[in-house]
Order: sequence, then structure tokens, then C-alpha cells
Amino acid sequence: MLKGRHLIEPGDFQLNEIESIMQLADNIIADPEGYSLVCKGKLLASLFYEPSTRTRFSFEAAMLRLGGEIIGFDDPNNSSVSKGESLGDTIRTIECYSDIAVIRHPREGTARLVSKFANEMPIINAGDGGHEHPTQTLTDLLTIRKFKGSCDNHVVGVCGDLLFGRTIHSLVKTLSRYQGIRFVFISPTELKMPAHILNQLDPKSYQETTSLDEVINSLDILYMSRVQRERFVSEEEYLRLKNYYILDKKKMKGAKPDMIVMHPLPRVNEIATEVDADPRAVYFAQAKYGMYVRMALIAKLLGVEDRK
Amino acid sequence: MINVSKLKKGIIIDHIEAGHGFEIYKELHLNDIDDVVVLLKNIPSKKMKQKDLIKIETDMQIDMTVLGLIDPNVTINFVKNGELYKKISLTLPKVVNGIMTCKNPRCITQYEDVKEIKFFLVNEDKKQYRCEYCDAYTTFIDEE
Ligand SMILES: [Zn+2]
Repeated sequence: MLKGRHLIEPGDFQLNEIESIMQLADNIIADPEGYSLVCKGKLLASLFYEPSTRTRFSFEAAMLRLGGEIIGFDDPNNSSVSKGESLGDTIRTIECYSDIAVIRHPREGTARLVSKFANEMPIINAGDGGHEHPTQTLTDLLTIRKFKGSCDNHVVGVCGDLLFGRTIHSLVKTLSRYQGIRFVFISPTELKMPAHILNQLDPKSYQETTSLDEVINSLDILYMSRVQRERFVSEEEYLRLKNYYILDKKKMKGAKPDMIVMHPLPRVNEIATEVDADPRAVYFAQAKYGMYVRMALIAKLLGVEDRK
Repeated sequence: MINVSKLKKGIIIDHIEAGHGFEIYKELHLNDIDDVVVLLKNIPSKKMKQKDLIKIETDMQIDMTVLGLIDPNVTINFVKNGELYKKISLTLPKVVNGIMTCKNPRCITQYEDVKEIKFFLVNEDKKQYRCEYCDAYTTFIDEE
């Protein structure tokens, strides 16, 4: 049962629970009308302590499409937060009005902390600094499932900033729980997958390389990520690493005809726009699945999916 | 060796790595108790070359958790009526509650007043613990 639970990191849910969210997402996609009122009378608190338009829209669109309503803020300077109220007090107050809350915060561990103050209101982590962003992982899983049939038995190439990329860390940890997943980690040596992630994997389940060209033909899924400017002290170093891998038409020629290219968006320049027209480029569909998977998640945590 | 009066009752913390005695004295807040406390440092030892040792003449309870964190190799002897009646060695606790603070500068616990942060042992050799909130690794005492 997922009713009343929090989602702070993907590890909070068993695989069969994740599977049940995916199945509900499938049902919603097949019959969006049928689910358009299941959250009628329910209120979602959308607490964005830092701006993230993309994520906020995805959650709010999800709630509205389920027939629910939204309160919240996306600029903490305009809320009581700026008057120095503690997170605990904010959440206890919000719980008086809301049925479920989504929180985004620049500090790591905030969502877990906040969940301790909520008695019955489910908390969804929409990103806590560089730590976790579990609904992005659910989005990625649904996308893989939609295009590849299931999340089992794939060779998954992960390319770009593997050192700081929280999206990637969450996805790798979660995919490693599925059957027959092999990873190919593609990054400059400066941005290699950190040891604390590699330690959690079966050493036989992954290989590391600096060359995308050499491995692209072996991949079923290629997950691209951007190199973030704020991670670098020197602009020179950033520019050099930013341009390390650029996926273009030429590189795509070497890939399998049914390989899919994923990206959490927004991209900088790591995928050339000429790739967008390639049917294997699924990153825009990914954004759409992000909304559906959030609809399924909200409905599950509120326990309303049977109101259909 | 200096002869400190034989302990009638209380606790002897032995085999403390030389230099850690004062750390333990501080962490156990021995300064705040009214009972007799003796801290010996740099005692010649066959096994350890040099060691520290603390004697506390008291009935108080010791929080073993903190000792395990500072120096898991110490032995604790409990004395009653001038006789040793219990001797225990320590290991690193698997879970620590409320003693450690997170050293990750981006962790929410640095900004909000969070009491009783839980830490989970991840690496025994490095004495590393994982913060329940941000998952960053932290050690109890800084490695010199
Ligand atoms: Zn922390």
C-alpha cells in the first residue's frame, strides 16, 4: 500500500510498488478522462523554496488533471519562510489545509526532515539540492518501459557528468535493482562515477570508458546529461568538459536502430538539435511521461485511484 | 608508574590510545561531575607503547556509544567493593543517535535546528557514518 507514504528517494519504494505506479500511469495514459476527477476535493501544497519552473509545472499540471487543486509558493521571499519560520512549523501549518505536499529545497536532506513533521500528509521530494530527485527517476523508468517494453535486460549507457549528476545516481541505483541491467559509464576522467555509487553495484555489471564512439553500438539506452557550470571553479575547465561529448547525427549512425536517447532536460549543447528529429530521440516524450507518472504517484499516495 | 589510590567503586577506562584520554574526558563531560576523576596520560604500555587511562569513582552510567566512536579499542572495567566485576570491550556502534553532527555544508541540519540526527555506520576502518538526511559520510573525530 502506498497510501499515506512519503517519497523522499527511490529506495523508499519496493520494486513492486514502483511497478504499481507504472501500471497506474499506463492506465491514466490510456484513459486520461477516466481519471480527471479522482482528486476532486483534494489539495496539493506546492512548496518551492527555489525556482524550478519545469518540475513545478509538471506537478501542478498532474494535480489539476486529476481534478485536484493547488496552493503554494515558488518564491520563499514572499512567504512566511523569509520571516524565519522553521520548516517544522511551516509543514505543521500546511498540513492543516492540505492533503499532500511537494517540496523543493536547495539544502540536502530537507524533504526527509520535513517528512518527520507530517503526521498524515504524504511528502514528495521534488529535489533537495544535489541529493535526490525521485520523481525524475520514476519519469525515466516510465520512459524506458514505454519505449523498451520493460526495465529489465538492457545495456544502459550513461554519458556526461557522472560525478555530480544526482539524476544519474538515482537512476543507476534504481535500475541496478532490475534484472539483467548492464551499465556503460561514459565520462571524462575528471567526471567519473563516484566510488560510493560504484560500490553499490556488482563489479561485473558495469564498464567505464571515456569514448562514446567506441561503445555506442552496444547500447540499448543512451542517457545523456549536461555538465553544470556551477560545479566548476574555472571557466576554462567547464568549457573544455562541456564540449567533451556532443551527440550528433554522425554519432547516431553508429547506434542500434532501436536504441533510445534520453535526457532529463534542459540540455545545453550535449545533444545537437539535428538529433531531435531522429525517432530514437525520446527526451521530449520523457517530459510528458513525467507528468503522467506524477499523476499516478499522487493518486497512489492519496489512495484515490479507485475513485475512477 | 604513579600509584593512584585503588578504586573502590566505579569505572576504569583502559587501553585508551595515547592522546585520546582528554577527548574522552571532554566528551563524557567528566568535568561536570562531582566524583573523583583521574586522567592519566602517556602511561608506558607493553601492548600499546603508550596509553591513556581514566578512573572515575562514581555510580553513574557511561554512554558507551560515544566511547566507541572516539576509540573503539578501549576496555571498560567496572569495579564494585574494590573488585573488578565486569569488563567489556567496545566496537563501533552501527547506529548513532544524537551525538554526531553532519559535516556536509549543504546539509539541511546545518541550517535548521535538528536534534538527534541519526547516523549509520558505513565503513568500519575509516569510522565513517552516513547522515540520515543528506546521506553524506562523516567521521566523529577529524582525522589528523
Ligand atoms: Zn547531513
